Amino acid sequence: MRIERHPILNFQKGPRVSFTFDGQEIVGYEGEPIAAALHAAGVKTLKHSAELHRPRGFFCAIGTCSSCLMIVNGVPNVRVCVEKLQAGMRVETQEGNGDIR
Amino acid sequence: MIRTQIAVIGGGPAGLRAADAAARAGAKVLLIDNSDHLGGQLIKQTHMFFGSQEQFAGTRGIDIAAKLVRDLHSRENVDVMLDATALGIYEDGVLTVEQNDKVYKVNSERIIVATGASERMLAFPNNDLPGVYGAGAVQTLMNVHGIKPGNSVLMIGAGNIGLIVSYQLLQAGVKVEAIVEASPTIGGYLVHASKIRRAGVPIYTRHTIKEALGVNAVEGAVICQLNNQWQPIEGTERTLGVDVICLAVGLSPLCDLLWQAGCEMKYIPELGGYVAIRDEESLQTSRQQIYIAGDVAGVEEASSAMVEGQIAGLSAAANLGLSTSELNNELKNARSQLSALRAGPVGEKIRAGLAAAERGATVNA
Repeated sequence: MRIERHPILNFQKGPRVSFTFDGQEIVGYEGEPIAAALHAAGVKTLKHSAELHRPRGFFCAIGTCSSCLMIVNGVPNVRVCVEKLQAGMRVETQEGNGDIR
Repeated sequence: MIRTQIAVIGGGPAGLRAADAAARAGAKVLLIDNSDHLGGQLIKQTHMFFGSQEQFAGTRGIDIAAKLVRDLHSRENVDVMLDATALGIYEDGVLTVEQNDKVYKVNSERIIVATGASERMLAFPNNDLPGVYGAGAVQTLMNVHGIKPGNSVLMIGAGNIGLIVSYQLLQAGVKVEAIVEASPTIGGYLVHASKIRRAGVPIYTRHTIKEALGVNAVEGAVICQLNNQWQPIEGTERTLGVDVICLAVGLSPLCDLLWQAGCEMKYIPELGGYVAIRDEESLQTSRQQIYIAGDVAGVEEASSAMVEGQIAGLSAAANLGLSTSELNNELKNARSQLSALRAGPVGEKIRAGLAAAERGATVNA
């Protein structure tokens, strides 16, 4: 789902890196938002809501709306639409409000 | 404690212009932005701007951002904090900022708030499913990160954002199934609508979305026709097989910081929601230390945001005694540019909103 050719834009990407999503290995580009790498890999559900456990994806993509909170390297409530992807990251679907330790 | 003369919160078109103007007036400036880049939402605008020469008509948004950032970096008296979130403005005027898990106190004589706006939601069943995205989010995903939001899109809203993002989706190779617009007429410029129609995308006016379909993500959408009372007409439902529903139903000023700071606020629908009451000449709020510029002052175009930034920057500097006759003339000129941008029938709504937001206009029953 990446754009191969664009009439106006050239996309500069970092090196290809692998990371895990709920234990499954996925490849993305270093420095792009985690949500972008997941979306490119076809992953749309990022968390489940606290009350009705509804699936949630991102909505605003600029770190404002809190719809995309996930657990990254064990830390809950990370806004993955603005958090940059790094090699070896452990990304997990968040259930509800996340467990703050 | 970080000490500066003018702190600007937000590095979009308004904030960049405010910081630049204040710096040219000789003020020590600190520009703070919560993202990792300057330019705000201009960095995803691949279309050419309208307006006049002063606001870079005919130039793509992405190139305007690059120019504004270059201008700013040529000033010596400007410091920039990126990935930095303004947290609050306290009674004693101290501003707190978080950056890399550290909190900084900023002592700034004047503060210009240029935090922009956020996208509006629309109420319909299943509007929380993954695949329902703001139009700006779709722009960010495809124009900044090079990723398609999906295979086929239903666009809600035929204002300029809905039309422009639909065209950009086509440029990225994504199918736009239809655009629906609840109003009886297309809200955006005809030149944008024509490009979409020529590409074969239907624009259904007096239509809305009834519900999104799907379990784990959007798998379709039901649209229907509206009558003259904006109510759905039974029997006109149609199902579209789309995997993305894109909402282009307007923006609301991102004014949390102004509420927290205790600025006098007023709900003005024409400006997109709650805004700070201000002196329209200087863009100073009811708190003398605080100025506003751009979408946070009332949702408009990037072109007017840039001029507002210039006005707020020059006014805040003049308020600190940093003014020359040349800068004063520039300020007057900026005010008349702004009036020109808001002239005619297109600016009618904004003019009504601004009249209500003027300081002193609230003194009534």
